[in-house]
Amino acid sequence: MDIFISNTSNHPIYQQIYEQLRNAILSGTMEEGELLPSIRTLAKDLRISVITTKRAYDELEKDGYIHTVAGKGCYVAPKNTEQVKAEHCRRIEEHLRAVLMLAPACGLTIEEIKIWIQQLQEEEQGCPTPSK
Amino acid sequence: MSNAIEIRGLNKEYPGFALSDIDLDLPRGSILGLVGENGAGKSTLIKLILKAVNRDSGTVRVLGADQDDPDFGTVKESVGVVLDEAYYPEVLTAKQLDKVMAGTYTHWDSRVFHQYLLRFQLPENKMFRDMSRGTKMKLALAVALSHDPKLLLLDEATSGLDPMIRDEMLDLFNEFTRDEDRTILISSHIVSDLEKICDYIAFLHKGKLLLCEEKDRLVEQYAVLKLGKQDLESLAPESVAGVRENKYGAEVLVYRDRIPSTFVTEHTSLEDIILFLAKGGAGE
Repeated sequence: MDIFISNTSNHPIYQQIYEQLRNAILSGTMEEGELLPSIRTLAKDLRISVITTKRAYDELEKDGYIHTVAGKGCYVAPKNTEQVKAEHCRRIEEHLRAVLMLAPACGLTIEEIKIWIQQLQEEEQGCPTPSK
Repeated sequence: MSNAIEIRGLNKEYPGFALSDIDLDLPRGSILGLVGENGAGKSTLIKLILKAVNRDSGTVRVLGADQDDPDFGTVKESVGVVLDEAYYPEVLTAKQLDKVMAGTYTHWDSRVFHQYLLRFQLPENKMFRDMSRGTKMKLALAVALSHDPKLLLLDEATSGLDPMIRDEMLDLFNEFTRDEDRTILISSHIVSDLEKICDYIAFLHKGKLLLCEEKDRLVEQYAVLKLGKQDLESLAPESVAGVRENKYGAEVLVYRDRIPSTFVTEHTSLEDIILFLAKGGAGE
């Protein structure tokens, strides 16, 4: 598994680790039950702070991606469909927020956006829709 | 996690200088970087931790033992120290030093010492006075590491060394703390070095401890903005930690979470933050 830490990134380091490990878990690069490197080992290998690494692991555990076995280490938790769903929802929300930011700039109302989404859905389902 | 160093209400007064009301916790297994201008009290603090000078008031616990405990002397065996100058008898060679130290420390490990001599490419039979500064410092570090220390106190141990040797030393410190029982307190002027290895940063300014914070939190918390004068006025005063103005605009140290999201913040180095805090009267 590759982990890249950018010191010049605007994202906090713990978040960079969190996201890369989460993506590795969600994508299956790290499999269920796999042992993660110990916090101290990862921190020292990446030359980053132990506390920061611990924070990333804590977040991963809080969100159910990994679980800790006292005295042994952290393991990848069984994939939880709820969790994957929550992650997708989070991303949808992100996109919707972006829509809400952009909409006023072209004078779109919420109603128009709703109609648009309906049209898109119909397109996806293969129903012909009147051209916009 | 227990603390390797615990300091409460520590005071020490010298004519014209006072170290006042220092509270500091250094958790075991971590690296703390002590920064501060010349004369801020960094060396005094390190000497107080070692009980090389006596405190006026307050308590200091090192590796779980109070300085007033009768067995504090044995704790010192587990402390490796490198000060900004290495002082060994001028005519001693590394080989002879090995014998002297074997008589000094109960846990002295000659084999480890020789490994470090090899690793640092230190000459065994050169007299101390003929060594370069870099070599002397490396030798001092080799000594500090060869009696199985649990705590390393490094006072400007990397200053005056070239970037390659410094980086080598940082690697070594990083490796040293792979064992969660080992702790480092390092003071340095070279903030970028500390940024590379430290878990915590403590900032001494004119004898007072202005902050002691997790390094990454510090870097997350603050950002430097470059602004026009008008924008500067529009910033809420509580979001500003320091300002540097010039004819054409201003550089402002802000709290990231207190500014409107329309401002674009850049990654800010620890050095920027420290400089701002030091010059801006620390904004505290």
